[in-house]
Amino acid sequence: MELKGKAICYGDNIDTDVIIPARYLTTSDPAELARHCMEDIDPDFHSKIETGDIIAAGSNFGCGSSREHAPLAIKTAGISCVIAKSFARIFYRNAVNIGLPIIVSDAEIREGDKLSVDLKNGILVNETTGEKANFPAFPAFLQGIIEAGGLMKAMAGGVFR
Amino acid sequence: MSMTMTQKILAAHCGTDSVRAGDMIVADCDLVLGNDITAPVAVNEFEKCGCGRVFDGGKIALVMDHFTPNKDIMAAEQVKKVRDFATDMKVKNYFDVGEMGVEHALLPERGMVTAGDLVIGADSHTCTYGALGAFSTGVGSTDMAAAMASGKVWLRVPEAISAVLTGKPGPYVSGKDVILHLIKQIGVDGALYQSLEFSGDGVAALTVDDRLCICNMAIEAGGKNGIFPVDEQTLAYLKEHGAKEPKVYSADADAKYARTITMDLSKLKPIVAFPHLPENGRTFDEIGEVKIDQAVIGSCTNGRLSDLRDAAKVFKGRKVAKGVRAIIIPATQKIWMDAMHEGLFDIFVEAGCAVSTPTCGPCLGGHMGILARGERCVATTNRNFVGRMGDTQSEVYLSSAAVAAASAVMGKLAAPDMLD
Ligand code: SF4
Repeated sequence: MELKGKAICYGDNIDTDVIIPARYLTTSDPAELARHCMEDIDPDFHSKIETGDIIAAGSNFGCGSSREHAPLAIKTAGISCVIAKSFARIFYRNAVNIGLPIIVSDAEIREGDKLSVDLKNGILVNETTGEKANFPAFPAFLQGIIEAGGLMKAMAGGVFR
Repeated sequence: MSMTMTQKILAAHCGTDSVRAGDMIVADCDLVLGNDITAPVAVNEFEKCGCGRVFDGGKIALVMDHFTPNKDIMAAEQVKKVRDFATDMKVKNYFDVGEMGVEHALLPERGMVTAGDLVIGADSHTCTYGALGAFSTGVGSTDMAAAMASGKVWLRVPEAISAVLTGKPGPYVSGKDVILHLIKQIGVDGALYQSLEFSGDGVAALTVDDRLCICNMAIEAGGKNGIFPVDEQTLAYLKEHGAKEPKVYSADADAKYARTITMDLSKLKPIVAFPHLPENGRTFDEIGEVKIDQAVIGSCTNGRLSDLRDAAKVFKGRKVAKGVRAIIIPATQKIWMDAMHEGLFDIFVEAGCAVSTPTCGPCLGGHMGILARGERCVATTNRNFVGRMGDTQSEVYLSSAAVAAASAVMGKLAAPDMLD
Protein backbone atom coordinates (compact mmCIF):
# COMPACT_ATOMS: atom_id res chain seq x y z
CA MET A 1 0.00 0.00 0.00
CA GLU A 2 1.35 3.44 -0.88
CA LEU A 3 0.45 6.49 1.18
CA LYS A 4 1.01 10.03 0.01
CA GLY A 5 0.59 13.30 1.87
CA LYS A 6 2.33 16.32 3.26
CA ALA A 7 4.09 16.26 6.59
CA ILE A 8 2.67 17.87 9.72
CA CYS A 9 5.55 18.04 12.22
CA TYR A 10 5.65 17.81 16.02
CA GLY A 11 8.43 17.42 18.59
CA ASP A 12 9.28 14.79 21.22
CA ASN A 13 6.97 13.28 23.87
CA ILE A 14 3.67 14.17 22.22
CA ASP A 15 1.34 12.75 24.87
CA THR A 16 -2.17 11.41 24.52
CA ASP A 17 -3.51 14.28 26.64
CA VAL A 18 -2.63 16.73 23.88
CA ILE A 19 -3.64 14.34 21.09
CA ILE A 20 -7.11 14.09 22.57
CA PRO A 21 -7.71 15.91 25.88
CA ALA A 22 -9.51 13.91 28.57
CA ARG A 23 -12.32 16.46 28.74
CA TYR A 24 -13.59 15.03 25.44
CA LEU A 25 -13.48 11.41 26.58
CA THR A 26 -17.10 11.38 27.61
CA THR A 27 -17.74 10.09 24.11
CA SER A 28 -16.37 7.22 22.08
CA ASP A 29 -17.75 8.58 18.79
CA PRO A 30 -14.76 8.69 16.39
CA ALA A 31 -16.03 11.74 14.45
CA GLU A 32 -16.50 13.75 17.65
CA LEU A 33 -13.03 12.71 18.90
CA ALA A 34 -11.48 13.64 15.55
CA ARG A 35 -12.92 17.16 15.83
CA HIS A 36 -10.72 17.79 18.89
CA CYS A 37 -7.60 16.00 17.67
CA MET A 38 -4.34 17.85 18.61
CA GLU A 39 -6.42 20.76 19.90
CA ASP A 40 -4.26 21.53 22.94
CA ILE A 41 -0.96 21.55 21.11
CA ASP A 42 -1.97 22.74 17.65
CA PRO A 43 -5.29 24.60 17.44
CA ASP A 44 -4.76 24.99 13.66
CA PHE A 45 -4.46 21.25 13.07
CA HIS A 46 -7.73 20.93 11.19
CA SER A 47 -7.20 23.94 8.95
CA LYS A 48 -3.74 22.61 8.04
CA ILE A 49 -4.51 19.04 7.11
CA GLU A 50 -5.92 17.38 4.05
CA THR A 51 -7.00 13.78 3.96
CA GLY A 52 -3.97 11.54 3.61
CA ASP A 53 -1.50 13.86 5.34
CA ILE A 54 1.18 12.34 7.53
CA ILE A 55 2.20 13.25 11.07
CA ALA A 56 5.98 13.28 11.55
CA ALA A 57 7.19 13.54 15.14
CA GLY A 58 10.15 13.05 17.45
CA SER A 59 10.64 10.35 20.07
CA ASN A 60 8.10 8.75 22.43
CA PHE A 61 5.04 9.74 20.37
CA GLY A 62 1.77 8.90 22.13
CA CYS A 63 3.14 8.64 25.66
CA GLY A 64 0.78 8.83 28.59
CA SER A 65 -2.65 7.33 28.87
CA SER A 66 -3.83 4.09 27.26
CA ARG A 67 -6.70 5.86 25.54
CA GLU A 68 -7.27 4.29 22.14
CA HIS A 69 -9.22 7.44 21.45
CA ALA A 70 -5.85 8.97 20.50
CA PRO A 71 -4.96 6.86 17.43
CA LEU A 72 -8.66 6.69 16.62
CA ALA A 73 -8.94 10.50 16.57
CA ILE A 74 -5.83 10.77 14.39
CA LYS A 75 -7.05 8.12 11.98
CA THR A 76 -10.58 9.53 11.75
CA ALA A 77 -9.24 13.05 11.23
CA GLY A 78 -7.82 11.78 7.94
CA ILE A 79 -4.16 11.25 8.81
CA SER A 80 -2.89 8.33 6.75
CA CYS A 81 0.10 7.42 8.88
CA VAL A 82 2.33 8.57 11.73
CA ILE A 83 6.11 8.61 11.46
CA ALA A 84 8.12 9.05 14.66
CA LYS A 85 11.61 8.43 15.99
CA SER A 86 9.97 6.15 18.58
CA PHE A 87 6.47 5.40 19.87
CA ALA A 88 5.21 4.92 23.40
CA ARG A 89 4.31 1.28 23.70
CA ILE A 90 0.55 1.46 24.32
CA PHE A 91 0.09 3.90 21.45
CA TYR A 92 2.10 1.53 19.26
CA ARG A 93 -0.10 -1.47 20.05
CA ASN A 94 -3.30 0.55 19.78
CA ALA A 95 -2.29 1.76 16.33
CA VAL A 96 -1.60 -1.82 15.22
CA ASN A 97 -4.84 -3.05 16.75
CA ILE A 98 -7.03 -0.43 15.03
CA GLY A 99 -5.12 -0.34 11.76
CA LEU A 100 -3.45 3.08 11.85
CA PRO A 101 -0.13 2.69 10.00
CA ILE A 102 2.87 3.82 12.07
CA ILE A 103 6.50 3.96 11.08
CA VAL A 104 9.64 4.23 13.15
CA SER A 105 12.15 6.39 11.30
CA ASP A 106 14.86 8.95 11.98
CA ALA A 107 14.44 10.51 8.54
CA GLU A 108 14.81 14.27 8.38
CA ILE A 109 11.33 15.67 7.68
CA ARG A 110 10.19 19.30 7.62
CA GLU A 111 6.70 20.74 7.91
CA GLY A 112 4.96 20.64 4.54
CA ASP A 113 7.38 18.15 2.90
CA LYS A 114 5.62 15.88 0.41
CA LEU A 115 6.05 12.29 1.57
CA SER A 116 5.29 8.95 0.07
CA VAL A 117 5.33 5.76 2.06
CA ASP A 118 5.49 2.25 0.67
CA LEU A 119 4.32 0.22 3.65
CA LYS A 120 4.85 -3.18 2.12
CA ASN A 121 8.46 -2.64 1.12
CA GLY A 122 9.36 -0.32 3.97
CA ILE A 123 10.39 2.67 1.89
CA LEU A 124 9.86 6.30 2.83
CA VAL A 125 10.48 8.91 0.14
CA ASN A 126 10.65 12.61 0.88
CA GLU A 127 9.64 13.96 -2.52
CA THR A 128 10.47 17.51 -1.50
CA THR A 129 14.10 16.79 -0.63
CA GLY A 130 14.53 13.70 -2.77
CA GLU A 131 15.73 11.69 0.22
CA LYS A 132 14.89 8.05 0.53
CA ALA A 133 14.91 5.96 3.70
CA ASN A 134 14.13 2.38 4.58
CA PHE A 135 12.19 1.54 7.69
CA PRO A 136 12.00 -1.83 9.43
CA ALA A 137 9.05 -4.10 8.75
CA PHE A 138 6.74 -5.07 11.60
CA PRO A 139 7.37 -8.46 13.20
CA ALA A 140 5.46 -11.07 11.18
CA PHE A 141 2.89 -11.54 13.95
CA LEU A 142 1.95 -7.85 13.92
CA GLN A 143 2.03 -7.74 10.13
CA GLY A 144 -0.64 -10.44 10.29
CA ILE A 145 -2.84 -8.29 12.52
CA ILE A 146 -2.39 -5.29 10.25
CA GLU A 147 -3.17 -7.29 7.13
CA ALA A 148 -6.28 -8.74 8.73
CA GLY A 149 -7.52 -5.19 9.29
CA GLY A 150 -6.97 -4.97 13.04
CA LEU A 151 -6.95 -7.22 16.09
CA MET A 152 -10.66 -8.07 16.25
CA LYS A 153 -10.63 -9.32 12.66
CA ALA A 154 -7.34 -11.13 13.21
CA MET A 155 -8.85 -12.83 16.25
CA ALA A 156 -11.87 -13.93 14.22
CA GLY A 157 -9.30 -15.33 11.80
CA GLY A 158 -7.69 -17.37 14.58
CA VAL A 159 -4.61 -15.38 15.55
CA PHE A 160 -5.05 -16.33 19.22
CA ARG A 161 -5.55 -20.03 18.56
CA MET B 1 18.02 -20.13 29.55
CA SER B 2 18.24 -17.44 32.16
CA MET B 3 15.21 -15.18 32.50
CA THR B 4 14.14 -12.04 34.32
CA MET B 5 11.23 -12.19 36.80
CA THR B 6 8.91 -10.71 34.18
CA GLN B 7 10.01 -13.20 31.54
CA LYS B 8 9.32 -16.11 33.89
CA ILE B 9 5.76 -14.96 34.52
CA LEU B 10 5.19 -14.48 30.79
CA ALA B 11 6.59 -17.92 29.97
CA ALA B 12 4.27 -19.50 32.54
CA HIS B 13 1.28 -17.78 30.90
CA CYS B 14 1.96 -18.96 27.39
CA GLY B 15 2.74 -22.55 28.25
CA THR B 16 6.43 -22.63 27.48
CA ASP B 17 9.51 -23.13 29.61
CA SER B 18 11.30 -20.09 28.42
CA VAL B 19 10.87 -16.90 26.46
CA ARG B 20 13.41 -14.45 25.16
CA ALA B 21 13.33 -10.67 24.89
CA GLY B 22 11.76 -9.74 21.56
CA ASP B 23 9.62 -12.90 21.24
CA MET B 24 6.01 -12.28 20.24
CA ILE B 25 3.73 -14.36 22.46
CA VAL B 26 0.03 -14.92 23.03
CA ALA B 27 -0.52 -15.15 26.78
CA ASP B 28 -3.41 -16.09 29.09
CA CYS B 29 -4.77 -13.34 31.33
CA ASP B 30 -5.69 -13.84 34.97
CA LEU B 31 -7.54 -10.52 35.03
CA VAL B 32 -8.74 -8.05 32.40
CA LEU B 33 -9.48 -4.50 33.57
CA GLY B 34 -11.28 -1.52 32.08
CA ASN B 35 -12.73 1.77 33.28
CA ASP B 36 -15.50 4.19 32.36
CA ILE B 37 -13.40 5.77 29.59
CA THR B 38 -11.79 2.73 28.00
CA ALA B 39 -14.44 0.06 28.58
CA PRO B 40 -17.15 1.75 26.45
CA VAL B 41 -14.80 1.61 23.44
CA ALA B 42 -14.02 -2.03 24.27
CA VAL B 43 -17.72 -2.84 24.58
CA ASN B 44 -18.31 -1.28 21.14
CA GLU B 45 -15.55 -3.45 19.65
CA PHE B 46 -16.77 -6.53 21.48
CA GLU B 47 -20.31 -6.04 20.17
CA LYS B 48 -19.24 -5.13 16.64
CA CYS B 49 -17.30 -8.33 16.22
CA GLY B 50 -20.16 -10.51 17.45
CA CYS B 51 -17.93 -12.12 20.07
CA GLY B 52 -20.89 -13.57 21.97
CA ARG B 53 -20.01 -14.25 25.62
CA VAL B 54 -17.03 -13.12 27.67
CA PHE B 55 -14.38 -15.77 28.35
CA ASP B 56 -14.87 -15.68 32.14
CA GLY B 57 -17.15 -13.27 34.01
CA GLY B 58 -15.02 -13.75 37.11
CA LYS B 59 -11.80 -12.58 35.49
CA ILE B 60 -12.94 -9.18 34.27
CA ALA B 61 -12.99 -6.03 36.39
CA LEU B 62 -14.92 -2.93 35.32
CA VAL B 63 -14.25 0.08 37.52
CA MET B 64 -16.23 3.29 36.98
CA ASP B 65 -13.77 5.77 38.42
CA HIS B 66 -12.78 8.57 36.04
CA PHE B 67 -15.82 10.82 35.64
CA THR B 68 -17.84 9.35 38.49
CA PRO B 69 -20.08 10.21 40.29
CA ASN B 70 -21.17 10.95 36.71
CA LYS B 71 -20.18 14.52 35.97
CA ASP B 72 -22.58 15.07 33.08
CA ILE B 73 -25.08 13.35 30.82
CA MET B 74 -22.48 11.96 28.44
CA ALA B 75 -20.46 10.46 31.29
CA ALA B 76 -23.65 8.92 32.65
CA GLU B 77 -24.39 7.35 29.26
CA GLN B 78 -20.92 5.82 29.10
CA VAL B 79 -21.23 4.29 32.54
CA LYS B 80 -24.70 3.00 31.68
CA LYS B 81 -23.31 1.25 28.62
CA VAL B 82 -20.71 -0.54 30.75
CA ARG B 83 -23.19 -1.32 33.52
CA ASP B 84 -25.60 -2.91 31.04
CA PHE B 85 -22.76 -4.91 29.52
CA ALA B 86 -21.65 -6.12 32.97
CA THR B 87 -25.17 -7.24 33.84
CA ASP B 88 -25.66 -8.91 30.51
CA MET B 89 -22.33 -10.71 30.56
CA LYS B 90 -22.48 -11.56 34.27
CA VAL B 91 -19.28 -9.71 35.02
CA LYS B 92 -18.99 -10.14 38.75
CA ASN B 93 -16.49 -7.39 39.46
CA TYR B 94 -18.33 -4.30 38.30
CA PHE B 95 -17.71 -1.35 40.62
CA ASP B 96 -19.84 1.76 40.56
CA VAL B 97 -20.44 4.64 42.97
CA GLY B 98 -20.72 3.38 46.54
CA GLU B 99 -18.32 0.50 46.00
CA MET B 100 -15.83 1.85 43.57
CA GLY B 101 -12.46 3.39 44.12
CA VAL B 102 -9.68 4.42 41.79
CA GLU B 103 -9.02 1.14 39.98
CA HIS B 104 -5.35 0.62 40.84
CA ALA B 105 -6.00 1.26 44.51
CA LEU B 106 -9.16 -0.82 44.49
CA LEU B 107 -7.95 -4.08 42.90
CA PRO B 108 -5.05 -4.73 45.31
CA GLU B 109 -7.25 -3.74 48.26
CA ARG B 110 -9.88 -6.26 47.16
CA GLY B 111 -7.29 -9.01 46.81
CA MET B 112 -8.00 -9.28 43.10
CA VAL B 113 -4.34 -9.53 42.10
CA THR B 114 -1.81 -11.97 43.49
CA ALA B 115 1.88 -12.64 42.94
CA GLY B 116 2.58 -14.44 39.68
CA ASP B 117 -0.61 -13.19 37.96
CA LEU B 118 -0.73 -11.76 34.47
CA VAL B 119 -3.01 -8.74 34.43
CA ILE B 120 -3.82 -6.45 31.54
CA GLY B 121 -5.88 -3.32 31.82
CA ALA B 122 -7.12 -0.71 29.40
CA ASP B 123 -5.49 1.92 31.56
CA SER B 124 -1.84 2.84 31.38
CA HIS B 125 -1.30 2.65 35.14
CA THR B 126 -2.22 -1.03 35.25
CA CYS B 127 1.53 -1.50 35.77
CA THR B 128 0.84 -0.74 39.47
CA TYR B 129 0.39 -4.40 40.45
CA GLY B 130 4.04 -5.23 39.81
CA ALA B 131 4.41 -4.15 43.42
CA LEU B 132 2.72 -7.43 44.35
CA GLY B 133 5.00 -9.58 42.21
CA ALA B 134 2.54 -9.79 39.30
CA PHE B 135 3.13 -8.97 35.65
CA SER B 136 0.70 -6.22 34.82
CA THR B 137 0.62 -3.77 31.98
CA GLY B 138 -1.56 -1.21 30.29
CA VAL B 139 -3.11 -1.94 26.91
CA GLY B 140 -5.80 -0.36 24.74
CA SER B 141 -9.53 -0.87 24.41
CA THR B 142 -9.31 -3.23 21.45
CA ASP B 143 -6.86 -5.39 23.42
CA MET B 144 -9.37 -5.35 26.25
CA ALA B 145 -12.22 -6.36 23.93
CA ALA B 146 -10.16 -9.21 22.47
CA ALA B 147 -9.11 -10.34 25.95
CA MET B 148 -12.70 -10.23 27.24
CA ALA B 149 -13.65 -12.52 24.37
CA SER B 150 -10.68 -14.88 24.43
CA GLY B 151 -8.84 -14.43 27.72
CA LYS B 152 -5.71 -13.76 25.71
CA VAL B 153 -3.38 -10.90 24.83
CA TRP B 154 -0.47 -10.51 22.44
CA LEU B 155 2.75 -9.30 23.98
CA ARG B 156 6.29 -8.69 22.95
CA VAL B 157 8.57 -10.12 25.63
CA PRO B 158 10.45 -7.15 27.09
CA GLU B 159 14.06 -6.86 28.08
CA ALA B 160 14.61 -5.33 31.48
CA ILE B 161 16.40 -2.62 33.36
CA SER B 162 17.68 -3.75 36.73
CA ALA B 163 17.02 -1.07 39.36
CA VAL B 164 19.03 -1.90 42.46
CA LEU B 165 17.86 -0.02 45.54
CA THR B 166 20.06 0.26 48.60
CA GLY B 167 19.80 1.95 51.98
CA LYS B 168 16.80 3.35 53.84
CA PRO B 169 14.91 6.50 52.87
CA GLY B 170 15.20 9.41 55.32
CA PRO B 171 12.34 11.44 56.82
CA TYR B 172 9.68 12.71 54.37
CA VAL B 173 11.06 10.55 51.57
CA SER B 174 8.43 8.19 50.17
CA GLY B 175 7.93 5.88 47.20
CA LYS B 176 6.88 8.92 45.16
CA ASP B 177 10.24 10.55 45.72
CA VAL B 178 12.01 7.33 44.72
CA ILE B 179 10.19 7.02 41.40
CA LEU B 180 10.40 10.75 40.56
CA HIS B 181 14.17 10.59 41.14
CA LEU B 182 14.40 7.50 38.93
CA ILE B 183 12.38 9.11 36.10
CA LYS B 184 14.50 12.24 36.40
CA GLN B 185 17.56 10.04 35.96
CA ILE B 186 16.41 7.95 32.98
CA GLY B 187 13.84 10.24 31.31
CA VAL B 188 10.23 9.76 30.26
CA ASP B 189 11.26 7.24 27.61
CA GLY B 190 14.21 5.79 29.52
CA ALA B 191 12.53 2.40 29.95
CA LEU B 192 10.60 2.34 26.66
CA TYR B 193 9.33 -1.22 25.90
CA GLN B 194 11.30 -2.49 28.94
CA SER B 195 10.57 -3.88 32.38
CA LEU B 196 11.85 -2.09 35.44
CA GLU B 197 12.87 -4.86 37.81
CA PHE B 198 13.61 -3.68 41.33
CA SER B 199 15.92 -5.46 43.75
CA GLY B 200 18.45 -4.77 46.48
CA ASP B 201 18.41 -4.38 50.25
CA GLY B 202 16.53 -1.09 49.88
CA VAL B 203 13.38 -2.97 48.87
CA ALA B 204 12.76 -4.09 52.44
CA ALA B 205 12.77 -0.45 53.55
CA LEU B 206 9.85 0.33 51.24
CA THR B 207 6.28 -0.43 52.29
CA VAL B 208 3.88 -2.15 49.90
CA ASP B 209 2.18 1.25 49.45
CA ASP B 210 5.54 2.76 48.44
CA ARG B 211 6.05 -0.07 45.95
CA LEU B 212 2.54 0.36 44.49
CA CYS B 213 3.32 4.03 43.95
CA ILE B 214 6.69 3.25 42.34
CA CYS B 215 5.31 0.62 39.95
CA ASN B 216 2.35 2.90 39.17
CA MET B 217 4.73 5.36 37.58
CA ALA B 218 6.86 2.84 35.64
CA ILE B 219 4.82 3.91 32.62
CA GLU B 220 5.99 7.50 33.12
CA ALA B 221 9.46 6.24 32.18
CA GLY B 222 7.91 4.50 29.17
CA GLY B 223 8.16 1.09 30.89
CA LYS B 224 6.02 -1.88 30.02
CA ASN B 225 5.89 -2.93 33.66
CA GLY B 226 7.60 -2.39 36.96
CA ILE B 227 8.06 -5.34 39.27
CA PHE B 228 9.24 -5.98 42.83
CA PRO B 229 10.49 -9.26 44.29
CA VAL B 230 8.01 -10.99 46.60
CA ASP B 231 9.05 -10.75 50.25
CA GLU B 232 7.50 -11.12 53.70
CA GLN B 233 5.75 -7.76 53.35
CA THR B 234 4.19 -8.75 50.02
CA LEU B 235 2.97 -12.07 51.37
CA ALA B 236 1.50 -10.43 54.46
CA TYR B 237 -0.27 -7.83 52.28
CA LEU B 238 -1.73 -10.50 49.98
CA LYS B 239 -2.95 -12.51 52.93
CA GLU B 240 -4.47 -9.52 54.69
CA HIS B 241 -6.41 -8.61 51.54
CA GLY B 242 -7.61 -12.13 50.82
CA ALA B 243 -5.75 -12.59 47.54
CA LYS B 244 -5.46 -15.99 45.88
CA GLU B 245 -2.53 -18.25 46.69
CA PRO B 246 0.57 -16.44 45.40
CA LYS B 247 2.97 -17.94 42.87
CA VAL B 248 6.39 -16.61 43.58
CA TYR B 249 8.76 -16.08 40.67
CA SER B 250 12.20 -14.59 40.91
CA ALA B 251 14.77 -13.53 38.37
CA ASP B 252 17.60 -15.97 37.64
CA ALA B 253 20.89 -14.97 39.20
CA ASP B 254 22.40 -14.72 35.73
CA ALA B 255 19.40 -13.00 34.11
CA LYS B 256 20.42 -10.52 31.42
CA TYR B 257 19.55 -6.86 31.82
CA ALA B 258 19.81 -4.08 29.27
CA ARG B 259 21.41 -2.00 31.99
CA THR B 260 21.65 -1.62 35.73
CA ILE B 261 20.79 1.48 37.71
CA THR B 262 21.63 1.77 41.37
CA MET B 263 19.98 4.15 43.74
CA ASP B 264 20.93 4.80 47.36
CA LEU B 265 17.61 5.59 49.05
CA SER B 266 19.33 7.22 52.03
CA LYS B 267 20.64 9.96 49.73
CA LEU B 268 17.26 10.95 48.28
CA LYS B 269 15.53 14.20 49.14
CA PRO B 270 11.88 15.19 48.61
CA ILE B 271 11.41 16.07 44.96
CA VAL B 272 8.83 17.88 42.82
CA ALA B 273 8.35 17.25 39.07
CA PHE B 274 7.87 20.57 37.29
CA PRO B 275 5.62 21.08 34.28
CA HIS B 276 5.15 19.57 31.77
CA LEU B 277 6.89 16.21 32.14
CA PRO B 278 7.37 13.82 35.06
CA GLU B 279 11.12 13.81 34.33
CA ASN B 280 11.48 17.47 35.34
CA GLY B 281 12.24 16.68 38.99
CA ARG B 282 13.77 19.32 41.23
CA THR B 283 14.77 19.08 44.87
CA PHE B 284 14.06 22.00 47.19
CA ASP B 285 17.53 23.48 46.90
CA GLU B 286 16.65 24.10 43.23
CA ILE B 287 13.05 25.24 43.63
CA GLY B 288 12.82 28.77 45.02
CA GLU B 289 9.49 30.52 45.37
CA VAL B 290 6.67 28.89 43.38
CA LYS B 291 3.24 30.04 44.52
CA ILE B 292 0.35 27.60 44.15
CA ASP B 293 -3.43 27.95 43.82
CA GLN B 294 -4.44 24.38 44.51
CA ALA B 295 -3.25 21.14 46.09
CA VAL B 296 -4.70 17.74 45.21
CA ILE B 297 -3.97 14.72 47.38
CA GLY B 298 -5.37 11.52 45.89
CA SER B 299 -5.23 9.29 42.76
CA CYS B 300 -3.99 5.79 42.04
CA THR B 301 -0.47 6.98 42.79
CA ASN B 302 -0.94 8.51 46.24
CA GLY B 303 -4.52 8.27 47.45
CA ARG B 304 -3.92 5.43 49.92
CA LEU B 305 -4.34 5.53 53.68
CA SER B 306 -0.60 5.96 54.26
CA ASP B 307 -0.64 9.03 52.00
CA LEU B 308 -3.58 10.52 53.87
CA ARG B 309 -1.76 9.88 57.14
CA ASP B 310 1.34 11.64 55.80
CA ALA B 311 -0.80 14.62 54.79
CA ALA B 312 -2.67 14.69 58.10
CA LYS B 313 0.60 14.82 60.05
CA VAL B 314 1.40 18.03 58.18
CA PHE B 315 -2.09 19.57 58.38
CA LYS B 316 -2.59 18.81 62.08
CA GLY B 317 -2.94 22.08 63.95
CA ARG B 318 -2.24 24.11 60.81
CA LYS B 319 -4.33 25.88 58.18
CA VAL B 320 -4.36 25.84 54.42
CA ALA B 321 -2.91 29.14 53.19
CA LYS B 322 -5.42 31.82 52.26
CA GLY B 323 -6.27 31.63 48.57
CA VAL B 324 -5.26 27.96 48.19
CA ARG B 325 -7.79 25.19 47.55
CA ALA B 326 -6.77 21.86 49.09
CA ILE B 327 -8.68 18.82 47.88
CA ILE B 328 -8.28 15.42 49.51
CA ILE B 329 -9.56 12.41 47.57
CA PRO B 330 -9.29 9.05 49.36
CA ALA B 331 -8.79 6.50 46.58
CA THR B 332 -11.38 3.93 47.72
CA GLN B 333 -14.44 3.66 49.94
CA LYS B 334 -12.46 1.61 52.45
CA ILE B 335 -9.66 4.15 52.61
CA TRP B 336 -12.30 6.85 53.03
CA MET B 337 -13.88 5.04 55.96
CA ASP B 338 -10.58 4.13 57.62
CA ALA B 339 -9.43 7.74 57.33
CA MET B 340 -12.67 8.94 58.84
CA HIS B 341 -12.42 6.51 61.79
CA GLU B 342 -8.84 7.52 62.43
CA GLY B 343 -9.97 11.13 62.74
CA LEU B 344 -8.05 12.30 59.68
CA PHE B 345 -11.10 14.06 58.27
CA ASP B 346 -11.32 16.26 61.38
CA ILE B 347 -7.76 17.32 60.81
CA PHE B 348 -8.33 17.99 57.10
CA VAL B 349 -11.56 19.91 57.51
CA GLU B 350 -10.26 21.96 60.43
CA ALA B 351 -7.26 22.87 58.29
CA GLY B 352 -9.61 24.06 55.54
CA CYS B 353 -9.36 21.13 53.10
CA ALA B 354 -12.28 19.72 51.10
CA VAL B 355 -12.68 15.94 51.32
CA SER B 356 -14.16 14.19 48.29
CA THR B 357 -15.71 10.83 47.57
CA PRO B 358 -13.33 8.51 45.67
CA THR B 359 -12.83 9.49 42.00
CA CYS B 360 -10.03 10.15 39.51
CA GLY B 361 -11.64 13.57 39.07
CA PRO B 362 -9.02 16.29 38.69
CA CYS B 363 -6.11 13.90 38.01
CA LEU B 364 -7.06 13.81 34.33
CA GLY B 365 -8.84 17.14 34.21
CA GLY B 366 -12.21 15.42 34.50
CA HIS B 367 -13.99 17.28 37.29
CA MET B 368 -13.72 18.12 41.02
CA GLY B 369 -10.90 20.65 40.81
CA ILE B 370 -10.18 21.90 37.30
CA LEU B 371 -7.59 24.64 36.86
CA ALA B 372 -8.11 28.02 35.22
CA ARG B 373 -5.66 29.69 32.86
CA GLY B 374 -2.39 30.48 34.61
CA GLU B 375 -3.18 28.53 37.80
CA ARG B 376 -0.71 26.20 39.49
CA CYS B 377 -1.49 23.00 41.33
CA VAL B 378 0.72 20.71 43.37
CA ALA B 379 -0.68 17.20 43.04
CA THR B 380 0.15 13.71 44.24
CA THR B 381 -0.95 12.39 40.84
CA ASN B 382 1.37 11.00 38.17
CA ARG B 383 1.16 13.27 35.12
CA ASN B 384 1.81 16.94 34.59
CA PHE B 385 1.33 17.17 30.82
CA VAL B 386 0.01 20.31 29.12
CA GLY B 387 -3.66 20.75 30.03
CA ARG B 388 -3.74 17.58 32.17
CA MET B 389 -5.75 19.23 34.98
CA GLY B 390 -7.50 21.99 33.07
CA ASP B 391 -6.56 24.95 30.91
CA THR B 392 -3.55 24.46 28.62
CA GLN B 393 -1.94 27.45 30.37
CA SER B 394 -2.27 25.88 33.83
CA GLU B 395 0.55 23.98 35.53
CA VAL B 396 0.75 20.77 37.54
CA TYR B 397 3.62 19.99 39.94
CA LEU B 398 3.95 16.36 41.03
CA SER B 399 4.95 15.47 44.58
CA SER B 400 4.39 13.18 47.55
CA ALA B 401 1.44 13.70 49.90
CA ALA B 402 3.65 15.24 52.58
CA VAL B 403 5.05 17.83 50.15
CA ALA B 404 1.60 18.61 48.72
CA ALA B 405 0.24 19.19 52.22
CA ALA B 406 3.18 21.37 53.26
CA SER B 407 2.78 23.36 50.05
CA ALA B 408 -0.93 23.87 50.75
CA VAL B 409 -0.06 25.26 54.17
CA MET B 410 2.70 27.55 52.89
CA GLY B 411 0.85 28.63 49.73
CA LYS B 412 3.95 27.75 47.71
CA LEU B 413 5.98 24.65 46.94
CA ALA B 414 7.41 23.53 50.29
CA ALA B 415 8.84 20.47 52.00
CA PRO B 416 7.47 19.50 55.42
CA ASP B 417 10.73 20.39 57.16
CA MET B 418 10.34 23.98 55.97
CA LEU B 419 7.21 24.41 58.10
CA ASP B 420 8.51 25.17 61.57
S1 SF4 C 1 -6.15 8.48 39.29
FE1 SF4 C 1 -5.40 9.50 37.43
S2 SF4 C 1 -3.77 8.22 36.65
FE2 SF4 C 1 -4.91 7.01 38.15
S3 SF4 C 1 -6.41 5.84 36.96
FE3 SF4 C 1 -7.38 7.75 37.59
S4 SF4 C 1 -7.02 9.22 35.92
FE4 SF4 C 1 -5.61 7.51 35.65
